[in-house]
This record gives sequence, C-alpha cells and structure tokens, in this order.
Amino acid sequence: MKAAAFDYIKAQSIPEVLALMREHGDDARLIAGGQTLLATLNMRLSEPQLVIDITELAELKGIELSGEYLWVGALVTHTEIENAPLIKKYAPILQAAAPHIAHRAIRNLGTWGGSLVYGDPAAEWPACSIAVNATMVVRGLQGERRIPACNFFVDLYTTALAPDEILMGTEIPLANAKDVFSFQELARRHGDYAVAGLAAVAKKTGQALSDCNFVFFSVATTPVAAVQAQNLVNGQAVNAELITAAVAAARAEIETMEDITNSAAAKSHLVGVLLERALKKMLAD
Amino acid sequence: MNPKIPLDMIVNGNRVQAQIEPRRHLVDFLREDLGLKGPHLGCEQGACGACTVRVDGQIVRGCLYLAVQANGKVVDTVEGLTAQGALTELQDAFMRRNAMQCGFCSSGMLLSAAELIEQQPQATREQVREWISGNYCRCTGYHSIVDAIMDVLEA
Amino acid sequence: MNKPNDLAGLVLDPVTADQRYIGESEPRHSAKRLLEGQGTYVDDLQFPRMGHVVYWRSPVAHMRILQIHTAAARNMPGVLAVVDGVQMATICKPWVATLSHLAGMKSAPQHALAIERACWQGEPVVAVVADTRAQAEDALQLIEVEWEELPAVVSMLTALDPETPLIHPELGDNLCFSRTLDVGQVDAQFATAEIVAEATFGFGRHTGVTLEPRCQIADYNRGDGRLTVYHSQQAPHMMQDLYCRQFGLAESDVHVICKDVGGSFGIKVHAYPDDFATVGLAILLGRPIKFVADRLESFTSDIHAREHQVKGRIAVNKQGDILAFEIDDLTAIGPYSMFPRTSAIEGNQVVNLVGGPYKHQHYRAQLKVVFQNKTPTCQYRGVGHPIACAVTEGLVDLAAEKLQMDPLAFRQRNVIPDDAYPCSGASGIKLEILSHEQCLRTIEKMMNYTELRQEQAALRKKGIYRGIGFAALIELTNPSAAFYGVGGARIASQDGATARLDPSGVVSIMVGVGEQGQGTEGIYAQIAADAVGVPITDVRIITGDTAVTPYGGGTWASRGAGIGGEAVLLAAQALQENILRLAGAILQRDTAELQVRRSQIIDKATGQAVLPFSEIGRIGYFRTDTLPNDFKVDLMVTRHYAQRDYPFIFTNGVQASYVEVDIDTGFVTLLKHWAVEDCGRVLNPMLVDEQVRGAIVQGIGGVLYEECLYDDSGLLRNGNMADYLVPMANEMPDIEVAHVQTPTASSQLGAKGAGEAGTAGAPAAVMNAINDALMPFNVKVFEQPITSEKILRALGKI
Repeated sequence: MKAAAFDYIKAQSIPEVLALMREHGDDARLIAGGQTLLATLNMRLSEPQLVIDITELAELKGIELSGEYLWVGALVTHTEIENAPLIKKYAPILQAAAPHIAHRAIRNLGTWGGSLVYGDPAAEWPACSIAVNATMVVRGLQGERRIPACNFFVDLYTTALAPDEILMGTEIPLANAKDVFSFQELARRHGDYAVAGLAAVAKKTGQALSDCNFVFFSVATTPVAAVQAQNLVNGQAVNAELITAAVAAARAEIETMEDITNSAAAKSHLVGVLLERALKKMLAD
Repeated sequence: MNPKIPLDMIVNGNRVQAQIEPRRHLVDFLREDLGLKGPHLGCEQGACGACTVRVDGQIVRGCLYLAVQANGKVVDTVEGLTAQGALTELQDAFMRRNAMQCGFCSSGMLLSAAELIEQQPQATREQVREWISGNYCRCTGYHSIVDAIMDVLEA
Repeated sequence: MNKPNDLAGLVLDPVTADQRYIGESEPRHSAKRLLEGQGTYVDDLQFPRMGHVVYWRSPVAHMRILQIHTAAARNMPGVLAVVDGVQMATICKPWVATLSHLAGMKSAPQHALAIERACWQGEPVVAVVADTRAQAEDALQLIEVEWEELPAVVSMLTALDPETPLIHPELGDNLCFSRTLDVGQVDAQFATAEIVAEATFGFGRHTGVTLEPRCQIADYNRGDGRLTVYHSQQAPHMMQDLYCRQFGLAESDVHVICKDVGGSFGIKVHAYPDDFATVGLAILLGRPIKFVADRLESFTSDIHAREHQVKGRIAVNKQGDILAFEIDDLTAIGPYSMFPRTSAIEGNQVVNLVGGPYKHQHYRAQLKVVFQNKTPTCQYRGVGHPIACAVTEGLVDLAAEKLQMDPLAFRQRNVIPDDAYPCSGASGIKLEILSHEQCLRTIEKMMNYTELRQEQAALRKKGIYRGIGFAALIELTNPSAAFYGVGGARIASQDGATARLDPSGVVSIMVGVGEQGQGTEGIYAQIAADAVGVPITDVRIITGDTAVTPYGGGTWASRGAGIGGEAVLLAAQALQENILRLAGAILQRDTAELQVRRSQIIDKATGQAVLPFSEIGRIGYFRTDTLPNDFKVDLMVTRHYAQRDYPFIFTNGVQASYVEVDIDTGFVTLLKHWAVEDCGRVLNPMLVDEQVRGAIVQGIGGVLYEECLYDDSGLLRNGNMADYLVPMANEMPDIEVAHVQTPTASSQLGAKGAGEAGTAGAPAAVMNAINDALMPFNVKVFEQPITSEKILRALGKI
C-alpha cells in the first residue's frame, strides 16, 4: 500500500498556509501528526496533490494558562496532554481520556487539533471538547472567529470549519474544586475506536450536579450530548430515581447508529449503562 | 512534477543526506535506501506496530511518518540502538524468557518496551500489557514478552 | 506470574548418553539476531534488476471478465510488464485441488491468473510489474477491466438449494465434498437415553493474519533454465514439486529457499495462485520478481478458515455415562478447493475428532462442504480441532448441567481411562497412548478448582458473574502418509536430516523441516548436540533449502518435533557412530573401548580424553593417507524417518478458562487460562510453553474477536487491521502451562507434536466459561466470535 505521488511543502507561517489552502482547495491536505492522514494516503483512499506540513507553526503549539482559560494549541500531541500538569489541574478529563487514544507511538505524533478537525464520531477529543465547554479558535483569510465546541461537530467527519480555515487551538474554561467528571470508553481492545463512550463533566454541590455535560461518542454520526438527561439532572440531588429517569431520557433522545458489529439497539442500551455508571461515579467523588 | 525534497538527518548516529519523493514513508526509506531491515512492515496503516522506530527520542509508527518529516531529526532503529547498547537488558531478558518466536514483531516490541521502561519505571504487569497493546504478536501469547519486560523493570 | 513447569511425575529416561540439552529450557541461540534487527525475511532481499509485482484483483465476488485494457498501464513510469491470465496460461497449467481418498470430492480447474471468470473478491486477474512497488501501484490504477457481474453464492445455508446459482455448472451443484459416518446404534441410544442435550454451534470465518505477509521472490535464469524461489513458506519441497509440475520444469532445475519466516500457522503452507503467477512472471521476464502481499490484499487473498455451522447432540444415561454423539456439520469454503491440500480436510477432521476424549461407542456424523464466492479456505492452525472441541465440550457442559453434575467430574467419569490404550475412538481414530485422567487431575490442582468455585459463588451473590470453562482435547500430530500421500498429493510425510562433522570439529545439521519461529532449529540443535556429543554452541542447523537439505515435508500437522526431530536424532546417532569408528581407526583401537563425550573421544575405562573432534575432522578430511587402506571415512550421514505405526500420533490435553462477564455491557474479561498438555517427551519446556500460549491466544481470537464479515454481495467489509480484530496484549490473560509426559513408542525420541493443541481447546474453554458465567440467567451463546452484542441479545437486554 504505497501512497500516490504528491508534492510536499513545510509551511513557515499561517498566512502561507491560508494562501496555499485558498490556491489548492480540495487538492491539498494539511498534515500535523499525520496519524489519520497517512493511513488514508497509504491506502489510496485519498490522493491529494499537495501535502502542507503545519508542524512548524509556533502559534499552534503549547498548553498555556491564559487568564480564565486553558489554551491548548492545535499541534499539542496526545502524549503532551497525557503528561501535562496544567491539563491535570484544569482539564482533568482530558488526561483521563488520553491513554485510551490508540497507542503510545500514535499519541506521540497525533494531535489535539488533528483529532478535532477530522470529526470522527468515535474519537475521544471531539466529545471531550464539548464536555469541557471548549471554544475552537479558527483563523481564515477573513480573520479569526470562535466556535463553541457544541456547535463545531456538524456531521460525520464534518466540522464547522470552512474550507479555507485552520484550527489554531481551543480555549478551555478552567476546572475548579467543584468539578467532577467521568470518562468511560467501552472498546473491545484497548486503543480501538469505542463501541460506546461517555465524557461526562459537571459541577457538584453536596449531592446535586449542575452544569452537566453528558457527551457520548461512537454512538452517532457526531459526538452527541444527552441534553434532556442533562436538563433532568441539573440542580437535582442525584438518587436512584433520578438516575433511572436520566438513563431513560438519554436512551430516548439519542438516535444511535450501528457499526460493523454493534447494533443501534446495543448502542442505545450502552448509552444508559454508561450514564448510570458516570452519575454514580461523579456522586461518589 | 512532484519534485524530490532534500533530507538531512541523523540515522543511528550517522548523518544522512538524500533527495527523495515526499510520498515515501520513513520505514520504506530506512529499509530500501539505507538498507536498515530491522523495522518491518506489517500493515502500513499504523495498527500492528512492526514499523516502530524512534524519532527525536520517542517511538513513532514509521509507516505513518513521511521520510521528509524526519528532516532535521534524529532517527534510531533497532540496529542503531543495539549497537549503542541501549536495548541490551531487554534483549537479554527476551532471550531468557523466549519472548520472541518468528521475530517479526520484535524490533517494534523492543522499542515500545524501551520507552515504557524510561517513562514508567514503576509499571505493573497490567500497565505493561496496556503499553504493549499497540504491538501485534501472533506467535507468542504475549505472556513471555510481559515476563521479560517485568524482569527488566524489577531489576 | 510465570510458574515453573510441573514436570513432576513420570521422569523420562534420557535419549542419549550425557544428555545435557534435550528436555531443558535451552534458549534459542540462533534467534538472538532477530532481536537485533538482523533477521533476513524475504522482503529484506534485494536483487539486481528485480521487479515488483502487484495484482489487479477482482473487486467483486463473481464476474465474467470481458475485456482487459492494459495500454495505459504499460506506459506508466517504471513498468516492466503487464500480464493477464491468457498469457500466464501459456506457461502455467491450471490445477484441480482434490484428494483421491476423500471419496467424491470435486472442484473445478483454477488458473494462476483468472481467465473468463473471477470467482471471489481478491482473486488475481492481471499482473503489473514495475521497478518499484509504488510505480506498480500507480500503474495498477490505470488497468481497466470490463466485466459483467455474476450472481454470487454467499450463504452456506442456501448453497445447495435448487434456486441457488451454480458457481461451476459443470460440477452439477455447489457441493465440494460430503461424508457420513455412522458407528454403533446412535438412534437407539438417543431413544433410550435419560438425558439428551442439543445445540447449534456457529463458527465465524476467520483468517491467519501472519505479521509478515505472504511474500516471495522468484528468479528465473535464462542461461541455465533454473528457477530459484525465495519463499516465506512452510513446505519448500512441496513448492519445488508444484513449480516443476505446473511449469513443466525438471525438479533439479527448481530451487526453493526459505529464509526467516515471520509467522505462518498454516497460512503459508498452501500454494496460492499469486505464488504461481509470480513464478510465471519471473520465467516470462527472465529476472527476479518480488511479490509482497500488502495487508489489504492479505485479507482477501490469504486463505480463510473455520466457517461452520454444526448441529450437535449428546446422549447420556442417568448415571452420567456419555452414550453417543451426533453432529451435522455444514461448512463453507471458497469457489475452488485450495491447492494442493484441499479445502475438505478441515471438515473431514471435524468428523474424525468430535467426541475424541471420550469412551462412548456410538457416533454419527454428517458433513457437507459447500462452495461460496468468498476467499478460498484451507488448513489453518488447528484445522477442524477448534470446531470439534467446541462442539464436543459445549455438549458435554450441557449434559453435565442437565445431570446437575460438576462439569469437571463429568469429564473425569467419561474420558478414556489412562490404562485403556492402545484403543480406537468411536470415529475410528487410532489412539496409541493418552493421559486424559492425569491431565484432568493436574489441572484441577493447578487452578485450585474448589476455591475457584467458592470464589465464583461468593461473587455471584454480589452481582459479579464469573465463569469457569473446561475443554478436554485431543490433537493429531506426527502424521503418517495416510494424511496426504495416500490421496495422491506429493506431500512428504517422511523427513530427513543430514549430520556432518566439519573439519574443525563442529557439527552442521541440514533438515527438511524448517523454522517459522516455533523454535524448531533450537530443538534440533539440542538433539544434535546431545546425540553427537558436542556443546550446543558447536551446532549449526540449516533448514529451508531444497538444494541443501534432505527431501522432507516441512511444517504442518505438528510434525516438526516428532518427525523432524527423530530424523535429526537418527542422523546424529549415525554420525557419532562414524566418528567413533574413525577414532578407532586413527587410534588403532577397538571402538568398544571408546566413547564420545563433549567433543572428545574418551577411553571408556579410564574416562581419559584421547582424541578431540578437531583431530577427527582434520584427519578424516585432510589426512586420509594416514588411515588403513580399506577404511571408509563418512563424516556426513543422512537418515530419514517416517512415522508408520499409526495414521497419527494423537496427543491430549485439557484447558480451563476463568472469565468475568459484565452483564450490563456484555463485555468479557479473561481473568486466567490454564493448560495441561501431554505432547510426549518435552524437548524444551520454555519453547513448548510459549507455543501453547501463542496457540491459545490464537484460539481466543476465534472465540472472541476475529471474523471475516461479508455483506450480501460477497464483499469483505472488514478487511483491514482496524476492523478485523486480532488479540492484543491488554486483553489476554496470563496463561499457566503444565505438562504430563507420555512418550510415543513410535520413535526413540518419544516426542509428539504440540503446536496446535492450544488453538484446539481455547475456544471451547472460553465459550464454556462464558456460558458458565451466564448460568444464573439461563442463557447460552454458541455463536463464535462471542461478542458483547450476542451476549446482550442472549440476556434480553436488547
């Protein structure tokens, strides 16, 4: 499986990247970690004429505390997230999720931004970015704009990114002492795409959870928040009845999609199982 | 039409300069142009780990890494690391525990194990299994490989 | 943690004097280079003027080939040739893969490159040869094939229905082979038995996924008409024979060489159409041609295996004696039986092996092997054993449950007793000597069975569902010529070894059985070192070269240790005798006074060293002028060995699996696995144990993870490493292995085979463990692979 021929350029600046993207359109692909792109190219599922390497762009790197937000640049690797003290403190669910992403060698190269813009509903970062209320900062020739994560994932492998825009990174509100979370991924083998997964974040006061984000992945065409279940739980003391009601609501509201070995019915069932386990865990923390 | 890209990098301690087609991945370049047959190709989609090599001190899937991306970087394969003595303890443990059969996964398995020992020197048996679960072995039952890595961790 | 092997009990007599290596966990000295990146696999070889071939393979399950347009491809950079089936057929004959002793078996002629029709997705049709693989793939995209899609036969359940189209109309139906076996009075037994249990067992088609894909380099020298093939293969002499006959070459003009092989497991013991096509290209172009299957083409072109649906039932009396088994096995192969070992063997073995460990007298079996427009199937590690064992052991557990008898106790009551041998099984298999009872006792101790059951019961009360599953098994090894030779296949069941003392006093051994990682060369070195009387570091083993080694059968049916090993022993013993004779001639002494010990000739009476091997070598090769005129020096001897006492030397074992089933998610966690294996004399416990473990993990793949999923039009949906799931380290349990050693009397070595038993028993053990875990819910799952989806359905959660 050898890739078809292409040209390669290592971009030195954002304006250069944007100009190249405008010029080549669909004939060009950006390469960051390349862990998804290169498998696609090796299998000739995609045959771009130009590959634009963006790994030199300093503005896309770094994990930094910036006022009220944690900045995670698009080029930050999964391994960097796995190890960063700032992530552990201010976005701990990401550190819980990172070891589930593929395997170490892939995490050493694969990037936060790459996963987000690819928009695979089975991936961890899209769901996690919604769960932490991240804001995507994107830049195009028109300038910069901000897109909340909950609006970013539009359809299967489709994000709100315009064809001539590049993701710079994300601003993530800082987790504090009240934050509780649960990250679960059911996969047949460690590192595989999940059969079903849940990134759950909330604020806890006593026995009650609020500001709930229950974001499921690998069950539909995009990561999907169980909004009705969130509304049911917000502000309420978590008890057995509430859990039962939330589980029923989540199963009812999410239209699940089958995959090669798991039916939509199985995914719906697992949605409920994951939510129940998440609520119990967050209650106990 | 698809101009070749200049490459200047260090491979196993030696400076390598070349002009190559950008489409070629790192392992093909290492194997075919430099004659380094240690890294192997098992799937070319990043799933099996047979192609694992080290770039700037970290393990990567050499089939999911363009050779041109290695420009300016330091690349190590199992041959170079063996010559440096960086894998001796692991190799001895693998021999003692019979942690290889056909040997096709061994290069990748050793490089993965070496990074684990460096990053998680307190790893438990379960953590070892989790770490090497990106390296496919069809011959052993993984049990002896885990034993060998634990031998080195516990030494 | 790794426990030392429990070899207590029968301690076997040594095979040789001063035995230092046989029976010991000697490391594989010749394998160290594999850890240093210094292996030589076929893809590592580069030859001048070498071309790379890629194959245009049918993208659909069944097509009529109308027109092939190659002009655009030919013009692409680096392209050396584009060849289709018509051109290939001018030099390569078609073949039909049947065996005459499988009565009634039929299959259609098959070409190296398809002509007129392609009958499965992945069948090679056009060959594109270029300077590099990338260039060949570039040109491949410009090959245009006009085709007419034909109806595909994709369901084995309807393959024989009158409405189903015939894949090969000239054969009359889609039936490759059928067989019925009826022993005793099955109907009467089922009619009167107090306990009858039945179930339908399903087995998903799956494949080998060797980490090193299939590959070869074929080179034809026009100057001397000699074909050389470097092949990642298990049976080089078989391939030599086939290349001769398919291409009309003389045997002495065909040279097959196996270098390091990156895993085989039976996938690489068959003769593939692309093997012949690659050789044909070398002949047509007069240059080396390299073929390396990439992973995507491996999934549709490597043989598949194990697609079966078996209806089974068991009859038991109320005391708990198994009276009868009955099965009806339907299995699906490809559109052609696979060359040359045929695709009917797997089903045939299921018939022979069901009920194997047990002493019932009544057995009936029906087998139907049907063609499909899917990838051809053939022997893959275990070959029918995993199916037969799962069916048998699944029925045994059902019966034990109905009887309310402990499943281990039920097995202990019903296995053939250890003192009953030799005897025959109900299916007619001849059993030399097995140790079921001893193995069952051993595993009971190993796993602390009573405590484990207590733990299971305590956890059940807390809503944690664990299960224990057993699998008693037999495995056929060390085959005689009754396996293939009798059916007309030119596959050797004998094997040979040449032992040579080199001038400096070291030893070279050339053997017809080769190495694919299991440690064959290691155990041969052990045997040779002990039998000749040299340190193991003075032994060089050479395998896998038809021009160098004696004519042999290669690796299959777990024969390497028992048959190849015996040949090595015989040759090494003969060499030692000749060394002694030469020593006698040099020293002018009676050989009865002399003995070999550790590279020295010693005086038997005093123990004094009197002549080193280096002198034997120097004089024997360079100073024959100093020897008596009539003395013949013979420091290189060849011996052959065939196992002729039984059709097979059966082994036996038992495995146990301990699992936890999450009844909310349907996910299964493998907590632990145990195996007791009796493979006769264990030549190297460390090597055998990891063989057993690797085989078990391969079996776990079949029961939990692996399946080739086809859609309704016969297209493989998951032919890549992300969607076809092979077992990886995280999900595998620690596997404890112990041995009982009951040697075979058919050889001096007493070694039986061990390579496949792990795969035979693991699916049964894990399936039974899952069903044991689910016992409180009164549900069972018998369809492999057992996925969370199937468990959730069985539990009624979806």
